[in-house]
Amino acid sequence: MDQAWSRPVHLYGVERPRGSKTVPSTPVFLPPDSLQRLLDSLRGSGRQLMGPLVRDGAIVFDRIENAAELPRGMRDIQSPGSYRLEQSDSPRLFAWANGPQALKPMTFAPEEVLWQVVRDDSGLHFEPQASTPAPTAVIGVRGCDLAALQLQKAHFLQEGAEDPAFQRRLDKLLIVAVDCSHPADTCFCASTGDGPDAGPGHDIALTELDEGFLLRAGSPQGQEIIDSLALPPASTAQLQAAAESSRGASDAQTRKLPATDLRDALFARQDHPHWAAVAERCLACGNCTAVCPSCFCSAYEPRPSLDGAESEQVRLWDSCFSFEHSNLHGHPVRDDIRLRYRQWLTHKLAGWHDQYGRSGCTGCGRCISWCPVGIDLTEEVASLLEEPA
Amino acid sequence: MSRPKLAVHKFSSCDGCQLALLNLGETLLQLPGLVDIVHFAEAGPMDEDEPVAVALVEGSINTEHDLERIQRIRRNSDYLVSLGACATSGGLQALRNMADANAWEAAIYARPEVLDSLPTATAVSDHVKVDLALWGCPVNSRQLLGALRDLLFGVAPREERRPLCMECKRSGAVCTLVTGEATCMGPVTLAGCGAICPRKGRACYACYGPAEQVNAESLGRRFEGFGLLPEDVARRFHFIHSGAPAFQAAGKHFRGGK
Repeated sequence: MDQAWSRPVHLYGVERPRGSKTVPSTPVFLPPDSLQRLLDSLRGSGRQLMGPLVRDGAIVFDRIENAAELPRGMRDIQSPGSYRLEQSDSPRLFAWANGPQALKPMTFAPEEVLWQVVRDDSGLHFEPQASTPAPTAVIGVRGCDLAALQLQKAHFLQEGAEDPAFQRRLDKLLIVAVDCSHPADTCFCASTGDGPDAGPGHDIALTELDEGFLLRAGSPQGQEIIDSLALPPASTAQLQAAAESSRGASDAQTRKLPATDLRDALFARQDHPHWAAVAERCLACGNCTAVCPSCFCSAYEPRPSLDGAESEQVRLWDSCFSFEHSNLHGHPVRDDIRLRYRQWLTHKLAGWHDQYGRSGCTGCGRCISWCPVGIDLTEEVASLLEEPA
Repeated sequence: MSRPKLAVHKFSSCDGCQLALLNLGETLLQLPGLVDIVHFAEAGPMDEDEPVAVALVEGSINTEHDLERIQRIRRNSDYLVSLGACATSGGLQALRNMADANAWEAAIYARPEVLDSLPTATAVSDHVKVDLALWGCPVNSRQLLGALRDLLFGVAPREERRPLCMECKRSGAVCTLVTGEATCMGPVTLAGCGAICPRKGRACYACYGPAEQVNAESLGRRFEGFGLLPEDVARRFHFIHSGAPAFQAAGKHFRGGK
């Protein structure tokens, strides 16, 4: 990943990451039986390769070696509070929308030691705990996740307050995105403008067609890998098929968020009775925030050794649905579920505009599918925008 | 330097929570350097009435003798920790609180009058002040040592308040409820166990007790949607921690007028 676009990009969709100003390279065609060549070159330079696998009934990202491990013909059937996989006859490897996680755990670790303190006779010694993430290539990332990565960068790499742990992971990451061709019923990236095609932030983007893959570079590093494969340019018919696939993936989406900035509308509805209606269903379990690719809240926890001679300071994923998150001066300022859900939704869709110049939602739909009781963000927003009866 | 004195007391329980200490392996050898263990029947030392800085109390209160003994322990302890489900909410034994214990005794024992048995199994906190509750069936070493370390530092132990789902998601486990309609109690259960069951593809059965926010109505309705009868939903709440107020109320709610 080149240094230029590891910098914060505040207005994804408006301002493109620096370094991508060059005219996009001409897509090239990769036959299906050559996919392993791409994977092998991704694994070059000592990189480990992460990719989509079927595990425990879902598409998850984990270490892969071979193209044969990819979820051939797998389809995901998603609805509020429900996720099922179904094996189809399709030879396609990316005919699914997403699983519970993609990039987020690779850049913002669920648990990470930030620093360590050791006590000896001369006193206390504080040491930063510089994790050394392995160089990693990841294949199968979607537009919604790339857009969320830009949001995470805006948060973690704010100028003057760059998060070293996040930066180190990001610097070691080579991203191969895939244009989404089979959105789930819970997807609404077309309405947020973050998909179905892979936007900025990838090194290589891949379009899967019945006859094979089109590859395009998003960074000099990606271009170098593509060049090394010496592939023929995509045909006009193939480019046409890719455009149709993209249109089809947009048209297939039934859910949507309003295309307008919801900031003022939501902040004006802090007392809307619908918040209480959501709170009757919401479990405050935090699943939505954990699967959300842009949620970034964390907690800090000391983990001292039993003898008290050393202690690690651990950062872990937290959630605005947890008690501690709003526990200020010994009192939780949001001590019930209604206030916590309201905090999550208004921060995500309203407060982010002030902080990061856009909504925090990229339309992946994970908060809908992975909510144990199937609360649907798009429906709740629609209800909140209605005037109370 | 004098070390703070520690006692481990046991009431009605399976002893499993004491294993959080005994299973420590090499770390166990560090303990005597930090605390003076004066009473720990399962490990050897026996001096039940020695005044201590910290008492770890396992088990629920079930007999007249228990009632007297827990008062004595409280008087002898600066800081009292209820260790595990039985001590913290009454545990599995508290299920009998919803039945007619006298009738059971009469049906099971030839001479029930010789039993010293209260009609209920109750939490330690129903009888004396508990300074810290460690939930879990059983508790684990990380919890227990974390609390002991904090006490040795002289600070209030940090209590886990997050629901299990947050710990489960951090572990990378795939949600069994969403993928397989498992009647997982994770959303209403305290974290702290390491999401052992969901990571093995099993539903959480709430052995760490109620989370800080318990929306039992919503989760129970979801389980009904999976095909559970209200009685089955009630049993999900009335299991390890039927004595915990939030779960007690939830179970009663789904059991309705019964």
